[in-house]
Amino acid sequence: MPVLPEVKRKMLRQMQTIRRFEERASDDFHEGGIFGVVHCYIGEEAIAVGVCEALRRDDQIISTHRGHGHCIAKGADLKRMMAELYGRETGYCKGKGGSMHIADFDIGMLGANGIVAGGIPIITGAALAAQLVSSDRVAVCFFGDGASNAGPFHESINIAAAWKLPIIYVCENNLWAAQTPSHKTLALPDVASRAAGYGIPGTVVDGNNVIAVHEAAQTAVERARAGEGPSIIECKTYRWRNHTERPEQADNRPAQEIETWKESDPIERLKGDLKSQQGQLSEDEWQALDKEILAEIEASVVFAKKSPFPQPESALDDVFAPVEVQ
Amino acid sequence: MREITYAQAGAEAIAEEMRRDETTFHLATDAPQSLVAEFGVQRVRATPIAEGALTGMAIGAAGSGLRPIVNWQIVTFCFVAMDQIVNQASKIHYMFGGQAKFPILFRALVGGGGNRAAQHSQSPYSMFMNLAGLKIILPSTPRDLKGLLKTSIRDDNPVISFESGRLLSFKGEVPDTDETIPIGKADIKREGCDITIVALAWMVHEALLAAAELEQDGISVEVVDPRTLVPMDAETIRASVRKTGRVLIADEATPTAGAAAEISALITEDFQTFSALKAPVKRICALNVPIPYSPTLENHVFPDRTDIIAGVRELMGKTLRESSDE
Repeated sequence: MPVLPEVKRKMLRQMQTIRRFEERASDDFHEGGIFGVVHCYIGEEAIAVGVCEALRRDDQIISTHRGHGHCIAKGADLKRMMAELYGRETGYCKGKGGSMHIADFDIGMLGANGIVAGGIPIITGAALAAQLVSSDRVAVCFFGDGASNAGPFHESINIAAAWKLPIIYVCENNLWAAQTPSHKTLALPDVASRAAGYGIPGTVVDGNNVIAVHEAAQTAVERARAGEGPSIIECKTYRWRNHTERPEQADNRPAQEIETWKESDPIERLKGDLKSQQGQLSEDEWQALDKEILAEIEASVVFAKKSPFPQPESALDDVFAPVEVQ
Repeated sequence: MREITYAQAGAEAIAEEMRRDETTFHLATDAPQSLVAEFGVQRVRATPIAEGALTGMAIGAAGSGLRPIVNWQIVTFCFVAMDQIVNQASKIHYMFGGQAKFPILFRALVGGGGNRAAQHSQSPYSMFMNLAGLKIILPSTPRDLKGLLKTSIRDDNPVISFESGRLLSFKGEVPDTDETIPIGKADIKREGCDITIVALAWMVHEALLAAAELEQDGISVEVVDPRTLVPMDAETIRASVRKTGRVLIADEATPTAGAAAEISALITEDFQTFSALKAPVKRICALNVPIPYSPTLENHVFPDRTDIIAGVRELMGKTLRESSDE
């Protein structure tokens, strides 16, 4: 079924929201309002958006250290996200997590995760939970090419395949595992080809083509919902920014490589697609949309800056969940 | 009251809680046949031998509303799951600002005495005590094991139950009721007035045997069993030490930065308790080596009642100063 124009426009809006959020997060990090580490998702927006558009609210996802895009695509609140980056008590984690640990369990976002491959078994367990309670919800595991070389990837996919768990493993292959080019560490060029080892479908898609990502996700989600088990979707993509925003972070990527990938901007491509069709998107409409998004981002920053920092003593809160009387 | 073994008490607790709460399920590399017979292969899963994945899956399932029971079997097997235990299970509730609960019971056999050598003999509970965010129980009797396991399954946090391999066939009285024992409450296993022995797991029984022998010489020994390592019932331990003025801590684990060291600190950093000490705090622990195989070596490495008796006699012969309240 072709993707409807209104769905395309919705995805365009979400991708641009992620882009603008990340640009602002980067700026405010460099200005000192955001602390620690920020990993920007710019250039990879089509993956989170294309996949999450195929999901229901009760479907669950797990993310990586580069997690803002997945949060936004799953429907997280920009204000609470920005407040978390700013370390404020109104943030998703009350200032305890920061950029790498934003979660929103109410919308099935089981968290960004600072450990490469750390989230893979966890979301596999969420898929097991769905199976155990006979729910038709599905789980999506976002991870990078770096994580695909780690043990938890193989252990988890083996179990998911053996037990036919309702899960989709979405590899965001951005060609670089931190500072190391993936071709030096992957035994085979395509992570998706490993699916054969587990007897499940493995698909390579153009990760900068949101329509292609979305269609691949729909197929895999349908399979998972029907109880037929997991799939791997490998999205070839590229991050425009360095691994992290930290100024001392080494960047070994050739300038030409970055420029080439920028020519394949997922947002420009979808925009071009919509503009090429009569009445789908005018330049004025696009400008208005972008302005609206920028205003939302600005509002999230205002909210964050207005919010208080957590009380120092609250560092002692939430080590353990309160225990009901036995 | 009826008598059952430590192993039976553990099995009863699991079966009763699985009967009581259908959100519980069991994950282990071997599925116990009695549980499979009663609860079926859906809820009693035999996993691949991949502790990292099954530990992470328990976290994801717990975050999705279930109550997983994970049996790592021998504690050393869980070391391959350290990322999931340390970076994920112990931190996830806190890191996400307390927005989701992670009720998980992890079970593991600790200790030595079976000539299984270093990779199958260890008492590494202090490694986990060092993390914030995990509750830890260490029961020494069938009754304590059953009651504490039941409480742990009902707790909304990850709880590790370290169970003594030496005690599996040890028999003791266990009521035929739904008895739960609170986490964080020590038990005085024998009352006395001359010296306190704080003993852990198997060493509780060695301490009781030592106490009976020392009684012949007119030395009255109080045996305190913390039962829970996190949170530790410091007050019960301190109160006993304030009463007796002397304390020996008996633990089958190696001493360095161990539970015995922590207990010693809890005693000595409390002004009132420190003031009541008539002799230095003494630890009786394993030698600081990986556990060797050959019986002559293994027996040499572990402490037993003989070492406890010698330690008590040594402390009884010492007086730091005339007790101030005499």
